[in-house]
Amino acid sequence: MSDDHDHSELTEVAARVRALETLLTEKGYIDPAALDAIVETYETKIGPRNGARVVARAWVDPAYRERLRADATQAIAELGYGGRQGEHMAAVENGPGVHNVVVCTLCSCYPWPVLGVPPVWYKSHAYRSRAVIEPRAVLAEFGVTLPEDTEVRVWDSTAEMRYLVIPERPRGTQGWSEERLAGLVTRDSMIGTGLALPAEAAPSGAAGAAL
Amino acid sequence: MNGGHDLGGMMGFGALAPERDEPVFHTDWERRACAVTVAAGACGLWSLDESRSVRENQPPGQYLAKTYYDVWITALEKLVVAHGMVSAEELASGRPLAMPQPPPRQVTPARIAEGIAKGTRYDRPPAAAAAFAVGAPVRARIINPAGHTRLPRYARGRQGEVTAVRGAFVFPDANAHARGENPQWLYTVRFSARELWGPEGDAHSTVTIDAFEPYLEPA
Repeated sequence: MSDDHDHSELTEVAARVRALETLLTEKGYIDPAALDAIVETYETKIGPRNGARVVARAWVDPAYRERLRADATQAIAELGYGGRQGEHMAAVENGPGVHNVVVCTLCSCYPWPVLGVPPVWYKSHAYRSRAVIEPRAVLAEFGVTLPEDTEVRVWDSTAEMRYLVIPERPRGTQGWSEERLAGLVTRDSMIGTGLALPAEAAPSGAAGAAL
Repeated sequence: MNGGHDLGGMMGFGALAPERDEPVFHTDWERRACAVTVAAGACGLWSLDESRSVRENQPPGQYLAKTYYDVWITALEKLVVAHGMVSAEELASGRPLAMPQPPPRQVTPARIAEGIAKGTRYDRPPAAAAAFAVGAPVRARIINPAGHTRLPRYARGRQGEVTAVRGAFVFPDANAHARGENPQWLYTVRFSARELWGPEGDAHSTVTIDAFEPYLEPA
């Protein structure tokens, strides 16, 4: 196994995972191919590029942004995203003087259809404990320093609502295509621990250059 | 329960350590742990609420010492035994000793694809009118249920304001313990950081939670 080099505790967990997998497949509860399908879905199909498309659409299309405000689940479904752990979506918008950041202090609730599987730091005890009590210090550790009078709105995902942050559109991107804009939207900017990348960060020669 | 999972406001866990270009899974066992948990859930014998309840229902020291997917796997071991899918003897040996009769409806790739695409909605028709409207001042009740709850300790007793009425949703406190879905109105409630944390709270920050109606009283 790939984790043979890990310490014995991890090897012990790996054995327990294998036992569960063996028992549930051999007893007929789960087709082994279903396990591969889950891994493939979250490793290759569902991830933060989905959310980036939602954000880019909101940046270029005011009517879409309105629909996102009114019913985010429906607006996100327009782009073909939804389902498991994104059944009840809300979009929260950054703007002048307002910055949003999302956490789940009780477990690890996260909008999977638009962001994929949560990163390790999002599930960490440090993030879950600190984001609500000292959000500015947490943001600073991600390299985000906000003006002191900017309101930081922390969203603790304590029920089945899932939150997607709509970061501010970077300056100097007038006339950019949605596809090129989406390249500026990072996963962290949609959780709120980052900002969208500046225009200069766009890959050179990207399709849909400025009109 | 006032468990080790209820982390909001705790201290001592150190700095954040975000990883650049992080892989979706770090090891093969984590990849398989995620997949087997999702697939076992798709068998439909337990709810997400029960699953969360089992994950958090362990001594806080143990919860905090485990890695993320170890918490999942520890809970899955309990769930498959509690729901009769696997016996304790089978779990210990890792080998099936008896086949289920009648054979279960197998979780297939097609069922997984459908389940991921459709998800499971948790909103339900409300049984009564909502008690609170947007703008209402509310106080989170001081409650300490022994079972599952989604009212974090840091909000209990604190005053906030309703900023959204989300509709009626399955009530985790009941559903986690086979007491039915008992749908309740769900509100987004905003608290000032000063209200939650006192003078150490940030003067320009707020924290919102999503709170079920039984968690709230008029303020």
